[in-house]
Amino acid sequence: MNRPQTKLTQGIDWPIVGLYLALVIIGLMSIFAAEYRGDDNIWQNIIHLNKNYSRQLMWFGISIVVASVIWLTDSKFFTATANLVYAFGILLLLLVLGIGKDVKGSHSWLVLGGFQFQPAELTKLCTNLALAKYLSSQETDFNKLRSRLIAAAIALVPAGIIILQSETGLALVYFSFFLVMYREGLPGVLLVIAFSGIVLVLSALLVDKMILFIIFSVITALVIYFSRREIKRKRSRLLVILGIYGFCSLFVMFIVPFAFTKVLKDYQVRRIEVMLGKENDPKATYNTRQSMIAIGSGGFWGKGYLKGTQTRFDFVPEQSTDFIFCTIGEDFGFVGSVLFIAIYVALLFRIIHVAERQRSTFTRVYAYGVASIIFFHLAINISMTIGLAPVIGIPLPLVSYGGSSLLAFTMLIFIMLRLDADRQMVLR
Amino acid sequence: MSVFNQPRRRVIQLIILGMMSIIIVRLFFLQVVEKKYAKLADANAVLRKVVYPSRGIIYDRKGRAILSNDVLYDLVVTPRSVKNIDTAYMCTILKIDKEEFKKKIADCIKKNGPVRQTVFMSLLPAEVYGQLQESMYLFQPGFELIPRQIRSYPYGAGANILGYIAEISPTMLKDSNYASYNSGDYLGFTGLEKTYESVLMGQRGIQYLVKDNLNRPQGPYENGEFDSAAVAGKNLRLSLDIELQALGEKLMHGKIGSIVAIDPSDGGILAMVSGPSFDPNLLTGSYRSANFNRLYQDTTLPLFNRAIQAQYPPGSTFKPMIALVGLDEGVITPSTGYPCGGAYYGCGRPIKCEHHDAGHAANLRLALSHSCNSYFSHTYRLSVDAAKWGGIRVGGMQKWADYMNNFGFGHKIGVDIPSERPGRIPDKKYYDAKYKGSWNSCTNVFLGIGQGEVETTPLQMANAMCIVSNRGSFFIPHFVKSIDNDNTHLLDKYKERHVVAHISDTAYSAVIHGMTDVIESGTGRGAQIEGITMGGKTGTAENYAIVDGKRTKMPNHAQFVAFAPAENPKIAICVIVERSGFGAKYAAPIASLMIEKYLKDSISSNPRRQAILKTVLETVTIPEAMRAKSKLDSLNSTVIKKRP
Repeated sequence: MNRPQTKLTQGIDWPIVGLYLALVIIGLMSIFAAEYRGDDNIWQNIIHLNKNYSRQLMWFGISIVVASVIWLTDSKFFTATANLVYAFGILLLLLVLGIGKDVKGSHSWLVLGGFQFQPAELTKLCTNLALAKYLSSQETDFNKLRSRLIAAAIALVPAGIIILQSETGLALVYFSFFLVMYREGLPGVLLVIAFSGIVLVLSALLVDKMILFIIFSVITALVIYFSRREIKRKRSRLLVILGIYGFCSLFVMFIVPFAFTKVLKDYQVRRIEVMLGKENDPKATYNTRQSMIAIGSGGFWGKGYLKGTQTRFDFVPEQSTDFIFCTIGEDFGFVGSVLFIAIYVALLFRIIHVAERQRSTFTRVYAYGVASIIFFHLAINISMTIGLAPVIGIPLPLVSYGGSSLLAFTMLIFIMLRLDADRQMVLR
Repeated sequence: MSVFNQPRRRVIQLIILGMMSIIIVRLFFLQVVEKKYAKLADANAVLRKVVYPSRGIIYDRKGRAILSNDVLYDLVVTPRSVKNIDTAYMCTILKIDKEEFKKKIADCIKKNGPVRQTVFMSLLPAEVYGQLQESMYLFQPGFELIPRQIRSYPYGAGANILGYIAEISPTMLKDSNYASYNSGDYLGFTGLEKTYESVLMGQRGIQYLVKDNLNRPQGPYENGEFDSAAVAGKNLRLSLDIELQALGEKLMHGKIGSIVAIDPSDGGILAMVSGPSFDPNLLTGSYRSANFNRLYQDTTLPLFNRAIQAQYPPGSTFKPMIALVGLDEGVITPSTGYPCGGAYYGCGRPIKCEHHDAGHAANLRLALSHSCNSYFSHTYRLSVDAAKWGGIRVGGMQKWADYMNNFGFGHKIGVDIPSERPGRIPDKKYYDAKYKGSWNSCTNVFLGIGQGEVETTPLQMANAMCIVSNRGSFFIPHFVKSIDNDNTHLLDKYKERHVVAHISDTAYSAVIHGMTDVIESGTGRGAQIEGITMGGKTGTAENYAIVDGKRTKMPNHAQFVAFAPAENPKIAICVIVERSGFGAKYAAPIASLMIEKYLKDSISSNPRRQAILKTVLETVTIPEAMRAKSKLDSLNSTVIKKRP
């Protein structure tokens, strides 16, 4: 209650701010690299906002303003208005269904003046706040099935509406909240089973069987290694792990193909495949192929900043948005890519660290939500640029070109910083 | 609570690390292990652009450029950039209507897509280019004018010699000989353009450019480190005299036939005319394909180079060679005579002679100057029946054919333009096959007067005159005297003097005297030029054609061969005017005018010479029927559709 009036930046978590700035700046540089031509007049482009990098720079400015406003806001405001914000978010999503604009086949954009805005980006924040509010409330006993179902509903209602907007990719992001619920006590088995079920079916359809088999083997080996103490105590654990491993392999290599060729009807199979972007969509395979060429041609050390031929000359579609990682992969090579991923991992671990030091459940759930959302985006986005995941249009947090996305992630992070700065105040 | 949840934090961290490890392993595979992506990226992004050098220029013997390069402009369009232009105005300039404009744009898009430059209209005529250039700013950036080099023939002469270039055909592209060419390249198709393609083309440069996803060049690759510059083609210097050539083409206007003039001292060709000729500029630039079709289909066959491809019985112009063989065989001497009374009766059916006064063939000189048929029929039979060869069917015929082959007949001489025909010298095998062994010197006695199975090309006859005037030697006739900065061996074979059959000097003297008499007092008086001693021989080859399925006698081919000055020959010439009667009538004056022009640099203003010139220029010998179907008169001469 008695906030010390010493310093404006009192209590701010500088490592997170530093990592945030690093990622945004890398993003700006990558967008610039994707668009830059030798004879461009850079300053003129920036002033006229006629390039993606200049517009992204403007959005960065807006984001800083918004972040400052958030920083100056009392942290109680967020807890108090969480449900209201959530309701507003849902309303906005429904509004888009009604009066939204079609952009690239998805009906998820609002046009305000000269700017397009995608509310689905913002509702991640709303959902995260609402989930934190619900899980931290005194009445909630997360060991009860009812509470778990309500929590799941909070996460999945926006996802449902977003699917109706044909933005399946963004909708999938909401599944990342299950990671938060797991942290708050959802039985791990449920999470594992649900998650692996989806992953198994998808991967069986999209990835080569042998590659899958190798991946399973690696995971199994890792699991055995990390649970070696438990296995020592209880030999049957090993059998369970191996059993699961055997089941997964069988499932992927025989059951799914069998179901798809024998059980399901032809047109059903085709629908699923088209939805997954697998069948008869040469554009999707073209994207992945060009993206892999760009990243692969970077080699160990990369071609150097602005030297990439693939990313600079529009070979990779959606260069500034969903495939921005190609620029990093081509210009900075394997070394640069690993360092880049390391920055994200550092950010994620720092957020988890911040989450775990909270006395307030609200803040902890919220911080885990931020980590989960960023992680999900990161994993899917990079996987799709290197051919590990189907091309679903979700951006790389803070790096991809896109005002809504940058603003949404800025708000997510800075609300967390505000909450964290006030962690000593009260137990909420 | 907190304690209970501690491992869950670890699990979440493990999930993150696990996922990132999978990604990093995959990245390691993509970027470090697999090498193919770098290559794929280069294939994606590097454009190999051929830089065309300018083709070599061809100069005549006096250093005048007769085949050089000119620049015309292509109008190219980038369909997507065409915005807000005054289409109607552009259509007016281009002389097309709006429908055609739309269709052309649609074609361009179909061909190359909407973002790449495509030729909208190629090789604009000068007046269109002029207008368009003035108002180009109205049509940019969608439209651009791009310069393109084309060949140009400043004198508009020498079409069949110089040849033309054209785009490589799909069949040639599959041929390994043309491996260095790409589709769309131009190369020499005929004439010197073809023979000397390797030196004229120069060396193409290669520029590596980086391109974007739509194949649009974006700048040099690695700052041009791997580029190689284009080297211009080498220039050719010919022995051709372009003014002489142009005069020859003028003289042959309205006539079918040819003129070949050679410098006997080095075999350099001074002029080679195939009539009717055409302006070679017709085959460059804007109207090329239309003109080509008209030339190709014309009844007078202007694309057929009669000087090396037409084969005629040489007629009486063959008689000097008959005499030389007779003299060398020793069957006649310069003083041998023949009692001709108007015909040769040695073989039953008489062979008519134009003369019947006694003593017109009292010796070789007289016989040559009077062109006595009896004398040369007799000499021919003596040569082939000579006892030392065991008679005509044993060795005589073959020996005679060998002589003729030595004189350059019956095989390609090797001139440096393509498509030369060999002519024909019948030999023993030929007659054995044709008459199944029952033949003798009477069977082919007509060979003695240049008729029957023997056929020669005008080039071969001109070359034979070189041999006679040089007294037994010649150089392979050729056009190219030198190549600038030559490092090839293309010209070596033209530098070598060939000696023919070691016939004695006295034999040549006798024949040369006879031939000077032809001009002084014989059948070739019409070729006389004041102050120049000249040797010559007229000829009238009988011409038969199949008309309505019957062998019908047509007007004779007039021929004339000559060399001058007789004592120190500088020019040897052969003129053939098809279907114009006696050789003396048109062929001799044409040869005379050519020789005068070459030796004296101009035709004398003497009224008699000017009258001859006028008569020749005005004479049209192309048969009425052929002319009616020919489009050449409207194509050629004064109403030529000039290249802009």
